[in-house]
Amino acid sequence: MTVITKKPVNPIAHLTPEDIEQLGLELDAIRQDVMDSRGEQDAAYIRRLIAVQRRLELGSRAVLLGSALPPLWVLGTVGLSVAKILENMEIGHNVLHGQWDWMRDPKIHSTTWEWDMATPAEQWKHSHNQVHHTYTNIVGKDNDLGYGIMRVDEDQKWHPFFLAQPFWNFVNATFFEYGIAAYDLELGRNLRIPKEKRSPEFKANAKKVLTKIRKQATKDYAINPALAIPFGGFLPTLAANFTANIVRNVWSHSIIMCGHFPEDVETFERKSIPEDETRGQWYVRQMLGAANISGGKAMHVMSGNLSHQIEHHLFPDLPSNRYAEVAPKVKALFDKYELNYCTAPMPQQLYSAWHRVVRLSLPNGWLATTNVKNAPSQLKMLWAMSTKGPKVRRAAAARLQQQARKKAHGLAA
Amino acid sequence: MATIELPSTSTRPAPAGLALRSRLRRLADAAVTPLDLDDVLDVFHPLRAGADLRGRIVSVTPETAESATIVIKPSRDWNGHLPGQYVRIGISVDGVRLWRTYSLTHGPRADRCISITVKAIPDGVVSNYLVHRAGAGEMVQLEQAEGEFVLPQPLPEKLLLVTAGSGITPVIGMLRNLFSRRVPATSDITLVHININESSAIFRDELRAHGEAGRITLIERYDEQHGLLDVDHLIDLVPDLDDRLAYACGPAGLLDALEQHHAARGLALTTERFRTVLVEAGEGGTVAFADGTTLDADGAKPILDVAEEAGVLMPSGCRMGICMGCVLPMKSGAVRDLRNGTITRAVPGETDPAGVPIQTCINAAAGDCSINH
Repeated sequence: MTVITKKPVNPIAHLTPEDIEQLGLELDAIRQDVMDSRGEQDAAYIRRLIAVQRRLELGSRAVLLGSALPPLWVLGTVGLSVAKILENMEIGHNVLHGQWDWMRDPKIHSTTWEWDMATPAEQWKHSHNQVHHTYTNIVGKDNDLGYGIMRVDEDQKWHPFFLAQPFWNFVNATFFEYGIAAYDLELGRNLRIPKEKRSPEFKANAKKVLTKIRKQATKDYAINPALAIPFGGFLPTLAANFTANIVRNVWSHSIIMCGHFPEDVETFERKSIPEDETRGQWYVRQMLGAANISGGKAMHVMSGNLSHQIEHHLFPDLPSNRYAEVAPKVKALFDKYELNYCTAPMPQQLYSAWHRVVRLSLPNGWLATTNVKNAPSQLKMLWAMSTKGPKVRRAAAARLQQQARKKAHGLAA
Repeated sequence: MATIELPSTSTRPAPAGLALRSRLRRLADAAVTPLDLDDVLDVFHPLRAGADLRGRIVSVTPETAESATIVIKPSRDWNGHLPGQYVRIGISVDGVRLWRTYSLTHGPRADRCISITVKAIPDGVVSNYLVHRAGAGEMVQLEQAEGEFVLPQPLPEKLLLVTAGSGITPVIGMLRNLFSRRVPATSDITLVHININESSAIFRDELRAHGEAGRITLIERYDEQHGLLDVDHLIDLVPDLDDRLAYACGPAGLLDALEQHHAARGLALTTERFRTVLVEAGEGGTVAFADGTTLDADGAKPILDVAEEAGVLMPSGCRMGICMGCVLPMKSGAVRDLRNGTITRAVPGETDPAGVPIQTCINAAAGDCSINH
């Protein structure tokens, strides 16, 4: 992936400024239709979902009291994993987006909701709702692109450090909730600042995160396992809670990767975004900066309807249960304005996203120019690039890119 | 405010028991964090003691074509009420929670339920919903009963009650209470009940039954039949007017006239007014904050910008209406969403007592607003 302004064919070059504003108006109209028809059924949907989730979580925790018996362990762990996924994705994420604020129910409101996650809702709302949704896919401004630890764009200089990025990505997936907490805190940037110079705001936020993590861990790894002691289930329950958290982490990380990382998703250059970006321009960036996962109802609910990531990015405050209904209208606009509506089944999107992580962990062009026959020499070159300093790296990188370009031309011809 | 005297709960549990209870409670909260125990119990028993005050609709019974009595089972913490008091009710209409105030139309009931009688007014979102769409099983939010429109104890010997339209609702509560006692009240009660016509008179038959049994003197007045009541001629209907302690409930016009009339004769009168506060949306206005700051706000500029330019420290985020980082509760007033013109109103007594949360970054003042910040 390259920022769109540096692509050989800019996918939005054919749109005039008038087109873009017209597109914005048409999207506004789609949004308004849903706003005008929000009602009793939508309210019933979220209330029912919350009730089902709470029953499922309690039920699963009750089953886990007997988790010394393997079948109960499996049943309880599956139930708890599903409950945690629902809580984070279709409920927490969407409530915190203010999708249900219109109901004026203080119990289901973005300003009062707290979720089963290491990061406090307040901090997540800042980094996610404000930074990520406003500056979506602008390299250097949207930290969701690689979470500040990965190389996500060809223009980012390659360094041997990035060879480990598939591994980092896997670790991040496994412990995603802590990754998110660290990321909301901008932990990396703040830890580089000498301790006495860190802002009081950071210190206060860090304290809140630690408190939240302590509470979460006490629940999952102390109290609930302790409740199972009379049934000989301390360790199995602890393991079940740990497993459910990992399952939830990997699942939500995967959904999010599918939403922004597949190869066909566009990224944007910081300086290409005008200071006074219009609503139409912002819409276009959202249209190209997200990807959908095709699938059935279960897929949509379990992904928190982020399977409709494109629709979610266009209309982050519409109730999630309505994305499926607006999707065909949005798709029609993509077709009308000749834009690429990126959608595919989950395995395909996930493969594409991981492919990109792996490809960019290697120097530009390396993966494209490597085949079984030249593998040994390519590996030798990679070794040299990783160990022999910047000069060698630069020379090899230039050669690789030339080869890759030649190969691409050869294919085209 | 008339509150209900409850026997003081002086039976304090031993401190040790209390400590154990609160420790168990803390443990339960910690086991379900980030929820608390109440969130979990709400799923199973929303009307238990200790829960937020709410109720479940038991029945909706039509009184006339445009009115209905709604019986509600309140949660265990309902403190009870005195006949004549009112209750604030929050109910979801088309998914949106709205608050209204209604008089309680029964005295305390044996089944611990409470009831309100609602007349559907034209364009009344909540009243029409309650009369025509609400059903048994539905949950409502409640606040404790309030109001000073209550009869004195002991009862005076002679009473005059004047009601018009749905103004009968607090009074029927008083009457039902007086006559359902084991020893019915013996006061001499005259009720002047004013309605447009017979068919729109709520509780007509019940009142007539009281009249026929000699418990009250019922004077029915119908505008279509008798013309509008001129209060100066009230003495013709109630010759011993001057001997009676008077209570009146109805539209403002009638109550104003009655107050003047009674004041002129040097008589006491207790009234209950049903306020309908209308918030008309305009262009721009003032924005008042909790600390007393009041700013002039342009109708085309987001409140966030107006406030920041005046030096008010405001929470903010994306500044384009997507992140909810700037949401603040509006206690009263109206704002206009600059993206699509949608008007959001906050009316004390009708919307959430804590205020209606608004996004300040995309809403401009549409009239004078007060923001709790």
